[in-house]
Amino acid sequence: MNLQNNNEALLKVEDLKMHFPIYRGVLQRQVGAVHAVDGVSFDVKRGETLGLVGESGCGKSTTGRAILQLYKPTAGSVIFEGTDLISLKHEEMRKTRRKIQMIFQDPYASLNPRMTVHDIIAEPMMVHNTAIGKEMNERVEHLLELVNLNPAFASRYPHEFSGGQRQRIGIARALALQPSFIVCDEPISALDVSIQAQVVNLLEELQEQFNLTYLFIAHDLSMVRHISKRVAVMYLGVIMELADRDDLYLSPLHPYTQALLSAVPIPDPIADSKRRRVILEGDVPSPVNPPSGCRFRTRCPIAEKMCAESRPDFREVTPGHFVACHLVK
Amino acid sequence: MPDLLLDIKGLETQFKTPEGVVHAVNGVSFGLKEGETLGVVGESGCGKSVTMLSVLGLIPSPPGKVVAGEALFSGQDLLKMTNEEIRHVRGAQIGMIFQDPMTSLNPVLTIGRQLEEPLMLHIGMTKHQAQERAAELLSLVGIPNAKERLNDYPHQYSGGMRQRVMIAMALSCSPQILIADEPTTALDVTIQAQIMELVKRLREELGMSIIWITHDLGVVAGIAHRVAVMYGGYIIEEASVNDLFANPSHPYTLGLLGSLPRVDEVEHGRLFSIEGQPPVLYQKPTACPFAPRCKWVMDRCWKENPMLESISNEHRVACWVDTKTGRSR
Repeated sequence: MNLQNNNEALLKVEDLKMHFPIYRGVLQRQVGAVHAVDGVSFDVKRGETLGLVGESGCGKSTTGRAILQLYKPTAGSVIFEGTDLISLKHEEMRKTRRKIQMIFQDPYASLNPRMTVHDIIAEPMMVHNTAIGKEMNERVEHLLELVNLNPAFASRYPHEFSGGQRQRIGIARALALQPSFIVCDEPISALDVSIQAQVVNLLEELQEQFNLTYLFIAHDLSMVRHISKRVAVMYLGVIMELADRDDLYLSPLHPYTQALLSAVPIPDPIADSKRRRVILEGDVPSPVNPPSGCRFRTRCPIAEKMCAESRPDFREVTPGHFVACHLVK
Repeated sequence: MPDLLLDIKGLETQFKTPEGVVHAVNGVSFGLKEGETLGVVGESGCGKSVTMLSVLGLIPSPPGKVVAGEALFSGQDLLKMTNEEIRHVRGAQIGMIFQDPMTSLNPVLTIGRQLEEPLMLHIGMTKHQAQERAAELLSLVGIPNAKERLNDYPHQYSGGMRQRVMIAMALSCSPQILIADEPTTALDVTIQAQIMELVKRLREELGMSIIWITHDLGVVAGIAHRVAVMYGGYIIEEASVNDLFANPSHPYTLGLLGSLPRVDEVEHGRLFSIEGQPPVLYQKPTACPFAPRCKWVMDRCWKENPMLESISNEHRVACWVDTKTGRSR
């Protein structure tokens, strides 16, 4: 597959697969695999936000983790600034992680409760030897100011902060090494509605200030529309559709994207009642034995015989708009 | 008013904690009409769940205590009932669904057994009758092969199906009121759409009244007839669903709506964000609980707590400011 603007891409993921083996029995033989991510390709351009959406279990978080090499991918390549991360040795990868950071979903579980905020934010700098002593302390203060937290709180522990404040601490930690690329894995889904907007605004401000590139993983389609420049929709380990934000939301081509968008509630009873809603039948099949051919065919309202026979190509139907469906012309 | 099915007046609930007494609900009054769906909206800790648990006598005591108020249900005060009496109301006349369908079901009993139990207990059906009715109920909520699936255990059902079972269980004794506490929060959007569609169908068929508790304004817009917005243990605004979304009048409601991106809207600006965070009330507020976060705050707001007052037919607001002009009403 030939993606456009190769030279602009900061990150290029090609045919990435992540299968988790299942072992059974006394001899612990491998009896199968969870096909969590099964051949996804996309690129992320410098300075943009690519939204990666899908329902639980679709493989969006696994994709994010496989990019950071937190899992060893089964196949494919993850090319970051021209180097394939999968081929890197442990030490080389560790150095590259300076430029690639992650913000986690759960601000309660992702901060060590026994470390002060200062130590949490300083840890990456110590690990990578980027700053020590007074310089490091100043940097921690500066980072806390950047995320709108009072630097005087640096000696406190995570439990003294609210969920939104903790997520700000996590963001400060991610920024400590001045990365160029941040994987945001559901950064706001554990937060209250009024706090979500605060954190999203902060992420946008930081992006402008430091020319950051985000992979924004989320299940909230409204928020993804707000923050992303382009959006990829995943289902059962496969990207079904990828397009510019407005293109995807205004003219979704894949039947899954159409159903997904129509299921999102709108906070407006009059607009909501006028919508045509596509209700999908049944549940997502198991990724251990995914359906043959198109992954979505078992729930697709327009599936035909050919959909069971061959897996649809992920092809570009209009410039920049990719779809994996046999039936889209 | 005689047409009220459930009439709650001046409800107050407190919790004793090591840090002090938390005033979770501070004088909540509302009514539920026959055949109506009331949406109760608010963020975590606003008192929406505690209000309903208080009414149903499900507050763990100690540490919790309902200290004032009454909850009239067909002429009887639910708050004055003994445990034995209210157990006959719960499940039989008032059904409940909770957020997490996995922890609300007993993992070691079959679905059938759990469905049959209330039928035998509350209605006095025989084992055989209860089995028949349980199969009917399962097919009513759209589970295929209902008879065979009665013998399955909860882990054999998917998340969406478990929530359907919870609904079937809540409906088993044909209750007059269904109280649903965040019933779709743990589910994916396409499954949420299925469940909302199901509840709307059942409400038509069975003529139930529903109280639907949620933090999601989008869900409320799609299902409720009337909405109460809660903050700091108070109802701060109450109106018909169309009126609330067309003329949100409390600064908090306005802020909440402004901080939500919409899936059907093209916009590129920053989200409106309410600064600060929701209060934890160790004292019953003597001022407006929203004052610290309100951009229209006046001197008076720090001295007295505004009462819920009518601003138009069936639209009540607890605020002195006319948010359209920014001046005192």
